[in-house]
Amino acid sequence: MADFQLRRTMLYVPGNMPSMLQNVPLFQCDAVIIDLEDAVNYAEKDAARNLVTSFLSTWKDRNKEVLVRINPLYTKWGHDDLKAILPVMPDAIRFPMCETAEMAQELDAELTKYEKANGIAEGHFKILPSIETVKSVINSYEIARASKRIYGLAFGAEDYTASMGIARTNSGEDLMHPRMQIVMAAKAAGVQAIDTVFSDVNDMDALRRETETIKRLGYTGKCLSNPRQIEIIHEVFAPKEEEVEYALKVVEAIKQANEMGTGVISLNGKMVDLPVVKRAIHTLNTAYAQGMVDAPVDEEILNGN
Amino acid sequence: MAINSVGREIPEVYNGKKIVPYGGPKSYKPDLMTATRPIKRNDSGKSKVVGGLRDAIVASGLKSGMTISTHHHLRNGDRLLNDLVKEIDALGIRDITIAASSVHIVHAELVPYIKKGVITGFECGVNGLIGELISKGELNCPITVRSHGGRARSIATGEVQIDVAFLAAPYCDEYGNFNGFFGPSACGTLGYAIPDAQYAKTVVAVTDNLVPYPALPIAIPQSMVDFVATVDTLGDPKKIVSSTTKLTRDPMGLQIAKYASMVIDATGYLKDGFSFQTGTGGISLAVAGHVRDMMRERKIKGSFGCGGITGFFVDMLEEGLFEGLFDVQCFDLKAVDSIGRNQKHQQMSANLYADPFNMGCLVNRLDCAILSATETDVNFNVNVNTESMGYLLHNTGGHCDVAAGAKVSIIVCPSIRGRLPMVRDAVTTVTTPGETVGVIITERGIAVNDHLPELKEELIRRRAPVKDIHQLRDEIYSITGAPKDVEFEDEVVGLIEYRDGTIIDTVRKVRA
Repeated sequence: MADFQLRRTMLYVPGNMPSMLQNVPLFQCDAVIIDLEDAVNYAEKDAARNLVTSFLSTWKDRNKEVLVRINPLYTKWGHDDLKAILPVMPDAIRFPMCETAEMAQELDAELTKYEKANGIAEGHFKILPSIETVKSVINSYEIARASKRIYGLAFGAEDYTASMGIARTNSGEDLMHPRMQIVMAAKAAGVQAIDTVFSDVNDMDALRRETETIKRLGYTGKCLSNPRQIEIIHEVFAPKEEEVEYALKVVEAIKQANEMGTGVISLNGKMVDLPVVKRAIHTLNTAYAQGMVDAPVDEEILNGN
Repeated sequence: MAINSVGREIPEVYNGKKIVPYGGPKSYKPDLMTATRPIKRNDSGKSKVVGGLRDAIVASGLKSGMTISTHHHLRNGDRLLNDLVKEIDALGIRDITIAASSVHIVHAELVPYIKKGVITGFECGVNGLIGELISKGELNCPITVRSHGGRARSIATGEVQIDVAFLAAPYCDEYGNFNGFFGPSACGTLGYAIPDAQYAKTVVAVTDNLVPYPALPIAIPQSMVDFVATVDTLGDPKKIVSSTTKLTRDPMGLQIAKYASMVIDATGYLKDGFSFQTGTGGISLAVAGHVRDMMRERKIKGSFGCGGITGFFVDMLEEGLFEGLFDVQCFDLKAVDSIGRNQKHQQMSANLYADPFNMGCLVNRLDCAILSATETDVNFNVNVNTESMGYLLHNTGGHCDVAAGAKVSIIVCPSIRGRLPMVRDAVTTVTTPGETVGVIITERGIAVNDHLPELKEELIRRRAPVKDIHQLRDEIYSITGAPKDVEFEDEVVGLIEYRDGTIIDTVRKVRA
């Protein structure tokens, strides 16, 4: 399912705030990134780790993808973070300051080691590396291909602009190049591209414009730091009604082809390519999440089921 | 003791009056005539101004043992009730019953006069300290809490007989015509004062703004007013219309509002002719925001907005989203300004608003209403009167009236407040019976009452987070634990009256 997993909204929640953690099950985002890194002050690293571990061990009915942003492995907290967090089974690690393929491989090896030692299926823990320095932008394609666990590249603009020695602007021109490079690297590697946080939580119009832009570029999701931004991002990522109608026709055509036992799918007399089918399934699953259609599509239909 | 139909133990007699236990929201109608008052004759065209407050009390013939009233349109800015009781005390009058439309936190100044025996009863609900002290047994003063519609009813039926009504009149002439639209103490509509003007034996208009005759437009006419008194000030304008009409920014509050708008949409009433009431809280306003957006988008022309009116509703009226507004209470300056100039923004009396004993009140015409809650329970009962310590801290307002009238009444409430669960096994006090509540919404889900199966089905079809109310309670209890009940003594210190005059619950002394 990795191909079609919706990650329109990946919400950061500080790992040291019980009042926010308590509401994690209730936020309507696709994924939550519980943060042990930048949101947590040096003095509170241990306490936050305990709190997050305790929260995840008591959250029974998980209803969204759970990532934990650990501290970089080269800091004195990174390995301890992993040790504490892996037993409570996050879906993925948000891996900050990942500048090279080797850094991603180091994390991959740690995860493999833990999985083997604990009888967990290899590859269970996924990785979402943060592309947030000039160097990581340049290396983004290699990073995306560094591990099978990596399902996407996540752009981080704050550290990026700092590494460039420039100030972040609202217009977004300063981020044009890294955004393009990251989305191209992600697409080339067959993974998702996730955009950076839009930090002005009171300017919903600008958030909408920025989300529209990154959607046009090929990004399939965005990180965010305030739950109030969820709805607008979902609205932007919602497919248009004509897209949904077309996708429904495509899926209908696949079903008919499956029934007839033919591998060739045609719609209105034209052959339908596999990428078109995949996009149709993605469109319908996004539409389902948005309440536009009544049922999701099982991608098993691609295999003739 | 009798057990009423919501399972509460009710005494047979309270404060010398026989009690009818609550037996259902629409079943009770006594065989009575409406109240009467003495015929008056005034052939003089002379000024009715008698002087200040003390002169007016004397002129009104107020004596020990009588009942007085004021209205609460000046809310926490009100000076009148406090000043009035001081003057009554100075004149040596005792044993007065207060039958105001509401008593606010500002009226904590009355406490010494209760202790002194100047005030010996409340035929109305109270907000704040007085109720707390009564709950603790520190003030011995019987109290009957009434809803807005219930109070109007009790006056119209004569169950509560007001001897003298002292009505704050922000824009008043010497012959007693007045309105609340203009002047330094402008408060907009005077809806709660109308039953008093109509039924009190003697009516005094009290003004800080005497204007040349005639004071137009007339909200309460000279034909109902005996005397006019002048005072320096009726109140503090900053606290009269102080509502901060701001949408909530709390993500959980916004989620509740979003669910509420989904519910409204799913009712099927959101089409031309839609009628709607909502409160002034941040969540309520956020719901109003969603409703406005849906009405705009679908080019819906609603029929009316109702209740306490905010600038938000005024904007919707001016945008053409509603045909009119019925206003029993203005909550902000924008509402005050609007009602003074726009005929489609209509003052309404508390009787027209919510009195169940007439030929049909406004709430009967409501499609959807958003109401808040201090607590709710698995029987959909709602408490807005007593807080977590068991103290009587809030008046009912229009809560049970609107719930009974609206086709779909929607309770919005966070699931947890101060670590306490807001959906419980049983509310501390039943203000509004569950059978009149349609939906309870918390950020953890939507519980739909059994009498709305189609709405429930539609919400499920729309994949709204519909949960059984017991499931919702369990989910909240799994976080908070089951709350320990407040311990009460047997002594009944107050009654919670349902809008029809039957008794739905009691307030008991909290065990120290």
